Amino acid sequence: MGFPVELKYTSEHEWIRIEGDIAYIGVTDYAQEALGDVVFLEIPEVGSEIEKGETFGVVESVKAVSDLYAPLSGEVTKANEVLVDTPELINEHPYDDGWMIAIKMSDTEELKELMNADDYETYIEENG
Amino acid sequence: MSELRKTPLHDIHQSLGAKMVPFGGWHMPVQYSGILDEHRAVREAAGLFDVSHMGEIDIKGPHALDFVQMVTTNDASRLHAGQAQYSLFCNHNGGIVDDTLAYKISDGHYMLCVNASNTEKDFSWIKRQCTPDFDAEVTNVSSHYAQLAIQGPKAVGILNSLADKDLSSIPHFCFDYANLDGIDAMVSRTGYTGEDGFEIYLSPEKAAQLWQSIMKAGEKDGIKPIGLGARDTLRLEMKYSLYGNDISGETSPLEANLGWVVKFHKSDFIGKEALLGQKETGIKKKLVCLIVDGREIPRPGYEVYLDGRNIGLVTSGTKSPSLGRGVAMAYVENGLDKEGQSLQIMIRNKGVEARVINPPFYKKST
Repeated sequence: MGFPVELKYTSEHEWIRIEGDIAYIGVTDYAQEALGDVVFLEIPEVGSEIEKGETFGVVESVKAVSDLYAPLSGEVTKANEVLVDTPELINEHPYDDGWMIAIKMSDTEELKELMNADDYETYIEENG
Repeated sequence: MSELRKTPLHDIHQSLGAKMVPFGGWHMPVQYSGILDEHRAVREAAGLFDVSHMGEIDIKGPHALDFVQMVTTNDASRLHAGQAQYSLFCNHNGGIVDDTLAYKISDGHYMLCVNASNTEKDFSWIKRQCTPDFDAEVTNVSSHYAQLAIQGPKAVGILNSLADKDLSSIPHFCFDYANLDGIDAMVSRTGYTGEDGFEIYLSPEKAAQLWQSIMKAGEKDGIKPIGLGARDTLRLEMKYSLYGNDISGETSPLEANLGWVVKFHKSDFIGKEALLGQKETGIKKKLVCLIVDGREIPRPGYEVYLDGRNIGLVTSGTKSPSLGRGVAMAYVENGLDKEGQSLQIMIRNKGVEARVINPPFYKKST
């Protein structure tokens, strides 16, 4: 199981990749492993606003339904529609092809609350 | 909470890296390689299940048949030694206490295989019905048996390669005793997947050895270990009821479309009067198969609507691995159960279009 050092993480098992004022969001390797086979994804449309801590989508495995929580606030600039037809990419490539949405961050102060890879790995060991 | 019980195969599951979960008081494997992969293996090749958590109850004595007739709804008098039948226990209100496979071992000896989580409840309920009028003995023999199930198009061939006799000649819903790679077992041509195969009852001490023998014998055919996750999707595709989801003390066999295992022609049985009454006055709800038109996945507890009116409830639901579509079993108002009936399942506050279809969901292409 890997946790790329260039990414940020949340306690809800999402990863965030920062590119300027854009943040790409997906779920971690740990999350996809815990979910099992992902068979359904619901993500917001481009142009919609998401707010830190609120649910922005739903991911479903064969057995379970899980909410996705926004790690940051902002406006959705891209949605990975490929995943709607091939949600298994979330299992196969959680950190690249499995990205879910990109947002234009509205408050970069929120970045301070995210974990780095080491902190996240420790968090999983203690809470996983 | 009391400690979870372990089957004799617990160490094997852990060494295979299975994801373990609590189920009916047991610590059971929910998946090994993944639910979709395991589901496919059973539909296309073969899968091996540890179902040692299931309970077994012996009914023995001169009045064993009369007693089984009293506590179950199907007609056990039609069983010859070596045959099994699907049956139900009902309470006096006609609600379902549990579903069961009733085996006739010999004259005066029946064995009832029951759901893990219900074993204690069933045993004490059955024992309570065994009044002094009945010369029969009720014994919980669950600890005497481990149970494996091998299911899939390759299952019969694989098990046959280990057996001292031809198992392929055992008819469906019949059983025989055989020696499997040196291990004595009761081999039943039954299952919970819609595929051909066997359920194998044997001594718990030999279970791990037989598991390894079967996995080895089935290796070239692609046999895989199967957890409870795929067991659930496989049974749902066949519309086999799951106790606690689709049937319970609050539902009757007539509502659950299990009227075919209620034999009113036989003499008295517990629940008969109530069920006859339901038959005369009519039932209010019926268990149907629903298939979703779009991508959404129905889940237990989701409400069912018709034109804005709440008319039912989903009791089992998933994305069918074989169909690639959302499927559900749901109780709906009687009369809305005809094939093609369009209904809406409320999924995250959105009415998702679904249609009633005739069971099973999965029809094998021949």
